[in-house]
This record gives sequence, structure tokens and C-alpha cells, in this order.
Amino acid sequence: MIMVDPIITALLAIFAVPFIGAFLVGLDRKLTARMQSRIGPPLLQPVYDVIKLLHKEPIVVNRVQIIYAGLHLAFMVLCVVLLALGQDMLMVLFILAFSTISLILGGMSVRSPYSRIGSQREIMQMLSYEPILILMLVGVYLVNDSFMARDILASGKPLLLSLPLIFPAFLMVMTIKLQKSPFDFSTSHHGHQEIIKGITLEYSGPFLAILEITHWYEIFLLFFIVTMFWATSIPVGLLIAAVCFFCEILLDNIMARLTWPWMLRFMWMVGLGLAVTNVLWLYI
Amino acid sequence: MNCREKSPWIVHFNCNSCNGCDIEFLACLTPIYDVERFGIVHVGNPKHADILVVSGAVNYRNVRVLKNVYAQMPSPKAVVALGACGATGGIMADCYNVLGGVNQVIPVDVFVPGCPPRPEAIMDGILQAAGLLNVRQEDRNAGAEVRLTIQPAGEPEKV
Repeated sequence: MIMVDPIITALLAIFAVPFIGAFLVGLDRKLTARMQSRIGPPLLQPVYDVIKLLHKEPIVVNRVQIIYAGLHLAFMVLCVVLLALGQDMLMVLFILAFSTISLILGGMSVRSPYSRIGSQREIMQMLSYEPILILMLVGVYLVNDSFMARDILASGKPLLLSLPLIFPAFLMVMTIKLQKSPFDFSTSHHGHQEIIKGITLEYSGPFLAILEITHWYEIFLLFFIVTMFWATSIPVGLLIAAVCFFCEILLDNIMARLTWPWMLRFMWMVGLGLAVTNVLWLYI
Repeated sequence: MNCREKSPWIVHFNCNSCNGCDIEFLACLTPIYDVERFGIVHVGNPKHADILVVSGAVNYRNVRVLKNVYAQMPSPKAVVALGACGATGGIMADCYNVLGGVNQVIPVDVFVPGCPPRPEAIMDGILQAAGLLNVRQEDRNAGAEVRLTIQPAGEPEKV
């Protein structure tokens, strides 16, 4: 691993990551359009959207909601910076949870029933994926004897070989976090007229742009973690991430949206089952 | 600003339309016409939208709702009126409860004629309205923005 000044790494994480995230979202929209035999928007469409939103009139429903939107972004940026600096993975996950909780509280702070339903669905999503993320880190600790991200990057053996069952469980979590079908309950890239857009309902203009930029950071964070599963060789890791990205979009286009009790049952039986089996195997 | 024209998000409001215009409008979202290639997204939430697409003639029951939807959209915003009814009231114009075209209530930027208009015409209208968003922003900077008065619920609507 090349040693870089931590301040430069942090600045790079803050300023370069949104562009990578925006590119991935643009690619996602383009690929989705091609899969639906459409032409699709230009690759830079997410950037156009966000610049437009930033220049719109700011309409504030209540100030608390705006603070929560800011915290949502701030915690997510902190997550990416900590991961880029090779810090404690456990800390990264806790701050990620803080970021999601800010979004939930922002949705709960307004009186719109749609916004509240969206927030409640986001809570169910957190309930579904958080245990799997914790077990993933337990698995990482059993392999590396450390929670530090830099030890994962420095270890000589790819993580995927020791955590073959945790990896698919993490992909399920990623489907939830990327707001892809069949798990896109609280918010989605499609179905803008439906209740699934509830959590973002009361945000408008620049504040909606903040949520969108946060999503760019989030996407980068998730694919960074996927790449870490094969940290010994970065090209192989990136290849795995690219295949996962394509599979997520394919899944999004071929699956229907299912109900949240189904998601909870699926994640706690299949996802958690895979993760527990893997951890037990490592332990024995 | 160029980004405004490249990403017009629309909200669709049906003012007592016969659904002819609505069906043609929704046809724009299908893979054949694919409005997303212009960056157009049908958001269904006035707080996220830039362009309000109204179909049908305005009547006394929905005038308050139409004004409310328009007022909830953040500036700069534009309005597209679909079909003959949106323009003048069409065949409904003489009904006892009909006020007339959409421009009786809110400022309309683009009228798309037809009964119903073809999806190509609707897309053209929306893109022309997107081109006007920069003009609306200049109006706003000059303090010439349209402000509606909305009566509290229960009182008869003055037009």
C-alpha cells in the first residue's frame, strides 16, 4: 500500500468521492434505461439534477429537518474519510448508522404522514441489515485479529476466501442500501409518484440535493467495502465490484418490490443464516 | 443556467380532465417516447418539481387544489396546459361549474393544443417550458414573481 499524507487522503475522500458516486449513479440510470430498451439520460444527468436543485428556491418546512439533512451528509462524509484513512471498521459502521438515523429523524420531524411512513420503513430496513453488518465485522476480526480497515488492506490473503458466505449476505445489505428492488421500501430510484418516495417528500431544492450528494458518498462507501473483500489485488477487487454493480442493476430491473415483513424474514433467515454459518465456521 | 433546461422535473395535475390527455402524457414515459433521455422525471411531488403539467378545464371544486399545488413548487417554475380544455375549457367551457382554461387561475407558460395532443407535442411543450425556466428565474431576481392568494378552506374561491 502506498503511504500518502492522511490530510491529502481525507481531502481526496471529501472532494473526489462525490464525482465517482455521481458517475456510478449516471451509469446506473443509463444501464437501467438500456435494460428497459430506452435510450436513457446523459451520463452526467445526476450532476445536472443536483446543480439545478442547488439553485432552486429553498423552502423550509421546519429548521430541525434541515439540520438532520446536514447531519445525514456530515456523518456519511465522516464514514468515507475514516474508511479512506484505514480506521476502525466498527466505528465506520456506527457512524453509518448515525447517518441513517439522522435521515429517519428528519423524516419523523415533519407532520406529513407519508414522510413518517417512509421513516418507519427506513427503521425496518436498518433492523434488517444492521445485525448482518456487525456479524461481517466479527468475521473480519476472526480472520485478521483487528477491526482496522488498514489491516484488511495490508493482509496477504483475500478476505473473500475466508468469508465466502458473508459476502453474499453483504450483497443483500448492499441491495437495501442502494435502494434497489426487491428491497426499495423507504426510497427508490423509480416510482416517484408512490409512497416509497415518502422519506424525501418534505425536502425540496437544495436540501433534496444534500440527500442526493449523501447517496453518492454512500454508493462509494459500499463499493469500497466490496473492493476490500479482495484487497490483495486492486484490479481483481474492482472487477468484483463492477460485477456486483451490474448484478444489482439487473436485480433491480427483474425483481418486483416486495413487502417489508418479507424483507425482514428474508434478511434474518437467509442473510443472517449465511453470516452466522460463516462466523461459526471461522470460530471452529 | 444550462442545468435547469437539462433536468426539468414535472408534476402532473389532472383538473377534471377526461383522461385523454393524461393517457397521452403517460405515454411519454414509455420506452417508445422515453422522456428520461431529456432528463425529464415525473416526480409526482410539487416540492421536487420544476414544471407543472395541467390537463383539463378548471372548475370551482379544484381551483383551490390547483393553486395549492402551484404554490408548493419552489421557484423557478413553469406551467404547461395540455389540450383544448387546458387552453380554453374546450367542450366543457359552457358548463355551469367550469371556470375555463388553466390561465384563468395560474400563469401558464406553454399551451399544448389538441384533443388530446400527441405525445410528441407534449414533449415539445415540456421542453419549451424547460427553456423558459431561466426567464422565470430572471423574473424572480427582478422581483416580478407571480404570487397567488389562496383563500382559507371553507370560503368561496374568488377568481
